Amino acid sequence: MYLVYLIVYGVIATACIGLVASWIDRKLTARIQYRVGPPFFQPLRDIVKLLGKETLIPAGSSKGMFMFAPIIGFASVAVASTLLWMNSGTSAQSFLGDIIVVIYLLAIPSISIMLGGFASGNPVARVGASREMKLLLSYELPFILAVLVPIIKSGYSLKLNEILRTQSMNGSFALSISGILALIVFVLVMQAKLALVPFDIAEAETEIIDGPLTDYSGTGLALFRLMKNMLLFTLPFFLVILFLGGFHLDGIRILYSFLKYIAILLVITVIRNTNPRLRIDQAMKFFWGPVTGVAVVAVIFAILGM
Amino acid sequence: MSITLNALLKSPWVFHLSTGSCNNCDIEVLDCLTPRFDIERFGMLLTGSIKHADVLLVTGSCNRKSANRLKVLYDQAPKPCVVIAIGECSLSRGMFIHSYNCPVPLDKIIPVDAYIPGCPPKPEAIIAGAVKLIQKVRGK
Repeated sequence: MYLVYLIVYGVIATACIGLVASWIDRKLTARIQYRVGPPFFQPLRDIVKLLGKETLIPAGSSKGMFMFAPIIGFASVAVASTLLWMNSGTSAQSFLGDIIVVIYLLAIPSISIMLGGFASGNPVARVGASREMKLLLSYELPFILAVLVPIIKSGYSLKLNEILRTQSMNGSFALSISGILALIVFVLVMQAKLALVPFDIAEAETEIIDGPLTDYSGTGLALFRLMKNMLLFTLPFFLVILFLGGFHLDGIRILYSFLKYIAILLVITVIRNTNPRLRIDQAMKFFWGPVTGVAVVAVIFAILGM
Repeated sequence: MSITLNALLKSPWVFHLSTGSCNNCDIEVLDCLTPRFDIERFGMLLTGSIKHADVLLVTGSCNRKSANRLKVLYDQAPKPCVVIAIGECSLSRGMFIHSYNCPVPLDKIIPVDAYIPGCPPKPEAIIAGAVKLIQKVRGK
């Protein structure tokens, strides 16, 4: 049963939706820049092409970790999305503390990119990996504070299922003051977790070639790209469960769930296309200053019941 | 034709290397990415790292310093990889043909699959060259 969920939902469904989302992102970016943009199957073609290319292992790298890092990241995203899918079906299966497991699993993709960058032994990749580490340290605090708000509002429950049930009875959390503040914090953190433009400091193409992924080619790069495309679905999915009442896969409500996801994707893409890249110190100040402040206020409001 | 080769021809990622050009060809290469020409329509992306690239675009006259780097970069590119020479300098060294600093043309250093002449070639010419190269690989 769990294996079916992992393969059908966690890997295949998430990867398909992630690839489509990646196409929507690229096409919207192109339209915003008055370009035509790539055809529909382009993200899939990129992955297939990279799987068929030669895999080079740089001399002086630590080979095991270099090959293993993409697999760690890919597996963690697959498991995280499986846990989220399992709460959206008709037969919801939840266990105590699965929200904590999801938080941990969503930190692992950044860690796997860091591991890969340090293992490749490339100086540019090391700079990128160290920036990724600083960014991870800066956004994890507001992220966890933002996730605390739905936990508090659902009566201190650590079950995703409980959070969804509270929202289906009392309306989604995004309608309250603390919910909307936490939602804003979550969207900003999501942008950093996805490594998109205001916070794509680790992979800044114009300064440090491609950051931690510089030395990856062939299968490793394909897995990392697929992982990022899957993350482009998994993180908004987590947001929808926490704040917008989750996905419903029955009847006309499929359309409504779909619209929620597309709206979040639109917000991500528009933020990405209208902002310049920050420096790492600016990003850290931003996350530890205003964003954490807003998140703390949201938590206080949630405790007061607003 | 295999699936991976088909995918390769529909998403060629381009690495752009200047071996001592006057930057005119480089500007024309960047023109291909602008809204007017937009080669992302064909799945082409400009990558920063040679390890991600399928196409090596070379501009400039391959002087003594950059020839060694060019050779290293070509060896680092994951195969299958094609090389396109852009501009008169990389084709035949152009006005630097008698220079002490440009001993051999590009195709004596690494194998070249397509030549796009011009000083500089227009973006239309670059796209036409890329299309001809794709047709050549398909025909094989």
